[in-house]
Amino acid sequence: MSFFSALIVAVLFAVGVYLLLQRTLSRIILGLALMGHSANLLLMVVGGRAGKSAIIGTIGSQDTVADPLPQALALTAIVISFGIIAFLLALAYRSWVLTEDDEVEDDLEDARIAQLGEAEMRRWWSRPK
Amino acid sequence: MSVLLVLPIVLPLLAAALAIIAYNQRNIQRIIALGALIAVVIDAAFLLVAVERNGVQSIQMGAWAAPIGITLVVDMFSALMLIISMVTVLSVLVYAIGQPGADQDQPVFHPVYLVMTAGVALSFTTGDLFNLFVAYEITLAASYVLITLGGRREQIRSGMTYVIINLLASTLFVVGIAWVYAATGTVNMADLSGKIAQLPGGTQTALSMFLLVVFGIKAAIFPLFFWLPDSYPTARMPVTAVFAGLLTKVGVYSIIRTQTLLFPQHKPSTILLICAGFTMVIGVLGAIAQNDMKRILSFHIVSQIGYMILGLGLFSVAGVAGTVFFIFHQIPVKTALFLTTGLVEESTGSTALSKVGGMIRRTPLVAALFLLAALSLAGIPPLSGFVGKLGIIQAGLSAGEYAIIGVSLVVSLLTLFSMIKIWNGVFLGTAEDPTLRLAASEGETRLATPLLMRGATVALVGVTLAVALFAGPIFDLSERAAQGLLDPSAYIEKVLG
Repeated sequence: MSFFSALIVAVLFAVGVYLLLQRTLSRIILGLALMGHSANLLLMVVGGRAGKSAIIGTIGSQDTVADPLPQALALTAIVISFGIIAFLLALAYRSWVLTEDDEVEDDLEDARIAQLGEAEMRRWWSRPK
Repeated sequence: MSVLLVLPIVLPLLAAALAIIAYNQRNIQRIIALGALIAVVIDAAFLLVAVERNGVQSIQMGAWAAPIGITLVVDMFSALMLIISMVTVLSVLVYAIGQPGADQDQPVFHPVYLVMTAGVALSFTTGDLFNLFVAYEITLAASYVLITLGGRREQIRSGMTYVIINLLASTLFVVGIAWVYAATGTVNMADLSGKIAQLPGGTQTALSMFLLVVFGIKAAIFPLFFWLPDSYPTARMPVTAVFAGLLTKVGVYSIIRTQTLLFPQHKPSTILLICAGFTMVIGVLGAIAQNDMKRILSFHIVSQIGYMILGLGLFSVAGVAGTVFFIFHQIPVKTALFLTTGLVEESTGSTALSKVGGMIRRTPLVAALFLLAALSLAGIPPLSGFVGKLGIIQAGLSAGEYAIIGVSLVVSLLTLFSMIKIWNGVFLGTAEDPTLRLAASEGETRLATPLLMRGATVALVGVTLAVALFAGPIFDLSERAAQGLLDPSAYIEKVLG
């Protein structure tokens, strides 16, 4: 049980990283969503074995109860990542409206500085010796 | 007394809710925001006095006992960070109110700004690793909105980089928390301090390095800094200023807190020193290559983070005290530099060194403000940057880390060089932009900026001068903060009872 959960965590994370390294925004966002799921599942895995719900009054012996803390943490993390992914999708839509493209753009200022550097290098190599 | 710990988080959140209700009443929003932040500054001052007199303060939320419930805890380090960041946040708010267009057509500016303040305050006061993650997310979610506010094309592009890299860091943070929980069964930092010490050495190193990577992305240390100079400069100036002053420092705060409380060391940490060296050098070289005020200053954020990590890496009371003082000086100075840049942009419409020029004749006040803040950043005595750097350098010399100290001195010179580059480009010389030259030749000798914007910048530069003036007492407090960080027994005892 726990092994398969751990395996799913690993696979989700790997797929997430692969998508994150793509150039199109929609894939990057999907990759981040998958990595978020993987992290939340990991929180569940580290909570140990499955067991009864930890509600006072229904608890029998101590060791049959599931650890409730990681569940609470995972719940919080799920809500947060849900909100942020929704914001990111809105941002990606705005980007698509503005550029009519799904690709991540290069930084103009960076490109300009790089061009300056290259021009400088060319001048230096072709200088009169 | 313990209500003091809760107010910096609750007041801004409450005010944010009220500001949303007053959606279209800009003046009511302003009064709410100003009132809340002034109250928080006063509260932070009381908190500093309380910590100074009675030691570490803490409160258990919902009265759940320590390892299970959420702990808020303020020691000297947190109290110092809290007061200086709240003062900075307040002056930037005044600046934003004064700037035409900063909050007028943005009904969400005030609520989101207040939420970000609450997040920053929570990161400084929380004593719980998972709650630190929540604090980060509150801060970041608000900052995502602030950095893309306006929705211009370059904002969306750089905002996207910012959101993606921070979301990635947050995901890694959750993974790190899961591992910490798997190894120890707790997320309370005071409790972790004892339990991590019992783990095998390899596990400790793995957790320590993983959390260092997570916070390193947020704090923009080498080699995880590349997103910062790319994304900060495109936002509105008050937003860039407050990000530059605060958000990376929250990352540095977390590095210091976790490395001293959870993974204490008794000798200089080589990996931190190497990261610090590269952060300083690459930051300052990046700054020298740039030709725009905002981008130069953004690279300097990275460079100055190196000094903070350097002081921590020495793992001595003197080194950490230097770091605490350096962060305390850096938050207002960095913000003030961006605010003066905003004044230049407001009066000329540009921050490119090639387009602006001769500002010293037309706005002598802005020139003076920039000069004070820039010299303080470069560490010229008797300004506050000098005291911070001196503390770190003395600590480094007494620890025998001569190589890294040499690097930091060279970086200091290069910092001065790039500040002079801005000075020569923007304040001396003549403008290339014909419209600006025309304005000057037609006798319009002074370019006006709104009074509130100037006032807020003057106030913040005044704060940096006050830090220099009261350097002695503040350094004493920093030393006490460092002692508390390196010997956290009082902190642990207060939290666990």
